[in-house]
Amino acid sequence: MADKIYSTKLQDTAERNVFVMFVLLLVLLSVGGLVEIVPLFYLDETMEHNKHPEIVWQHDVPLDQRKPISVANFQVGDSITWKPGDGIRPYTALELAGRDVYQREGCYLCHSQMIRPFRDEKERYGHYSLASESMYDHPFQWGSKRTGPDLARVGGKYSNEWHFQHLMAPRSVVPESVMPNYPWLAEKTVDGKALKAHMEGLRMVGVPYTDADIAAAEKVDGVREVDAVIAYLQVLGTMANLKDDVDYRE
Amino acid sequence: MEETKYNFDVVRWFTIMAIVYLVVGTLVGTYIASELAWPFLNFDIAEITFGRLRPLHTNAVIFAFGGCTLFATSLYVVQRTGNTSLWSPKMAWFTFWGWNLIIVAAVITLPLGINQSKEYAELEWPIDLAIAVVWLSWGLNFIMTIAKRKTSHIYVANWFFMGMFVMITYLHVVNSLAIPVGLFKSYSIFSGVQDAMIQWWWGHNAVGFYLTAGFLGIMYYFVPKQANRPVFSYRLSVLHFWALMFGYVWLGAHHLQYTALPDWTGSLGAAVSLAMIIPSWGGAINGMMTLSGAWDKLRTDYILRFMIMSLAFYAMSTFEGPVMSSKTVNALSHYTDWTVGHVHSGALGWVAMVSAGALYHLVEKLWNTKMYSAALVNVHFWTSTIGTVVYITAMWVSGIMQGLMWRDYDEFGTLTYTFAESVAAMHPYYAMRAIGGAIFWLGGVIMLYNVIMTIRQASAQRSTAAAAAA
Repeated sequence: MADKIYSTKLQDTAERNVFVMFVLLLVLLSVGGLVEIVPLFYLDETMEHNKHPEIVWQHDVPLDQRKPISVANFQVGDSITWKPGDGIRPYTALELAGRDVYQREGCYLCHSQMIRPFRDEKERYGHYSLASESMYDHPFQWGSKRTGPDLARVGGKYSNEWHFQHLMAPRSVVPESVMPNYPWLAEKTVDGKALKAHMEGLRMVGVPYTDADIAAAEKVDGVREVDAVIAYLQVLGTMANLKDDVDYRE
Repeated sequence: MEETKYNFDVVRWFTIMAIVYLVVGTLVGTYIASELAWPFLNFDIAEITFGRLRPLHTNAVIFAFGGCTLFATSLYVVQRTGNTSLWSPKMAWFTFWGWNLIIVAAVITLPLGINQSKEYAELEWPIDLAIAVVWLSWGLNFIMTIAKRKTSHIYVANWFFMGMFVMITYLHVVNSLAIPVGLFKSYSIFSGVQDAMIQWWWGHNAVGFYLTAGFLGIMYYFVPKQANRPVFSYRLSVLHFWALMFGYVWLGAHHLQYTALPDWTGSLGAAVSLAMIIPSWGGAINGMMTLSGAWDKLRTDYILRFMIMSLAFYAMSTFEGPVMSSKTVNALSHYTDWTVGHVHSGALGWVAMVSAGALYHLVEKLWNTKMYSAALVNVHFWTSTIGTVVYITAMWVSGIMQGLMWRDYDEFGTLTYTFAESVAAMHPYYAMRAIGGAIFWLGGVIMLYNVIMTIRQASAQRSTAAAAAA
């Protein structure tokens, strides 16, 4: 009885030998991921800046000659060598500190940062998002849910004072909001030493920070977290100057 | 005596912990659902804000409740179907303590805001390493126990557990690759679009392999056992197993349609998603038809009711999934509560209900007794069903309403609603969802009470029997 084959020979072998089944699964389960993920690292069409290099800041300057993004004056949203629209660049030390807080508080759970190419999204949020715009985002923050609005292009839409008020007490400016208050962001401050380590780590995984960019981290030490978050929010979506008459994606 | 042949102690503890985590995980879920309806519940306390508790909720229900259920059932099934004891009982205890320590670590770190901000993979790198080790300890033990079985063929339930083991190992390792920049902080080594694809390859397959394949393994053992009928079709199980294994891996891309992910990837994911309805329904039909000729048992066997209702929800949500991944529907449903509702029709209706059925079955077998109160099992069945239906109905309405409000234009060609107006319109549905969640949670509490009383009753019986023998 036990020798009778009820299916194909291969299936029967797999059902009798756990290691055969294990190897079959190892192979079979790798296919989908390999086909869908690996090409994304190699196909030029994936990243729009391969075809439109002008959307990246200092794209024609070798790394060792790059200007630092921001050197001395750490006012919120302030940067010396770069202006909004100059092109996609890594986050400054202050913005990165804000992004760390954004991750810590789980903002990505209610706010997306990915505008889809629909008429209503264009009018509500702005130009559709490009893959190149998040090329320095480790990890990505596209989100999956809009309990609150998309933030991909929130930069420059509201004043710093509005953001401060909104983070401290959202319902004081948007009565319908269900966002929590974040009063502790005005009390906690940025740890410059940890931030420096964060930037060094990001450089190791490919973010083109110069030594001067990283040295700037220590100057952010002691800045209120809320100001860092506002600096991050104010830069979102403002880096590349995207034109309506250019087709960035097929 | 069965006890000497099998290692059931570790299975008992996983069973108890699964039920405890069911109560805890759904309680956190109900609380954060309430925060969205009544934001004052955030109380200006960082550790209990929505953004910090939501990862705790998802990790608690998926990995604490789901994980303990999977370990309890798989370690039970592999022994029973192989007619053998565990390859290493000590390693099974290592899995038990390791997994529970990881859960404790999650409960501490997530409210503190220590997270990698990748959904369902929030735990930071030291915990990720621990997960890998503990997960491998279970997988090795499981496979080696199959290898030493005393039966000729490997039973179908074990195929599914093995598929889950292989795929979750791939997913966890690749998606968690990160550069540590501190003891509690790391950054994904991937960025932007590649990171997004890898995250959703993980995200959808955590659903596809952990919450589907693993729980289909549970279905394939516990439904036939509880119904006392053989599986409906062997051929169907072979076909749907391999089709499910091969196909599910491709689906993640459908989470990123119309985003900056290249169109070919999203469309490929959507196309395979549509095809997946066939193996999914193959599994659902195989489970339900196992009851052929025994449908009358549903009238008296409340445990069986859980299992059959779970298969109905499974069939429903595996129909809904492909619909939502089609481009036209996805354009509306993405970013809305509809997705949340879909997840919960699977998580509450399928995963939690098939688990409840399997766990009740396990409690009766492991403690060699009947449930303390069959009536309470029935109450639990109805609270689960009603809670789930209330929850997903609220999310269907709010999700579709959100999608329609966001894209609505007035006669002048301008957007009709501000975003804030759409938030205000959600309030009644968020309240309704919280109530649905609370009803479901209440069922979990009833289950925990019933199980505790059953275990007490069993030990009382044992000591009476021992006294009589003496």
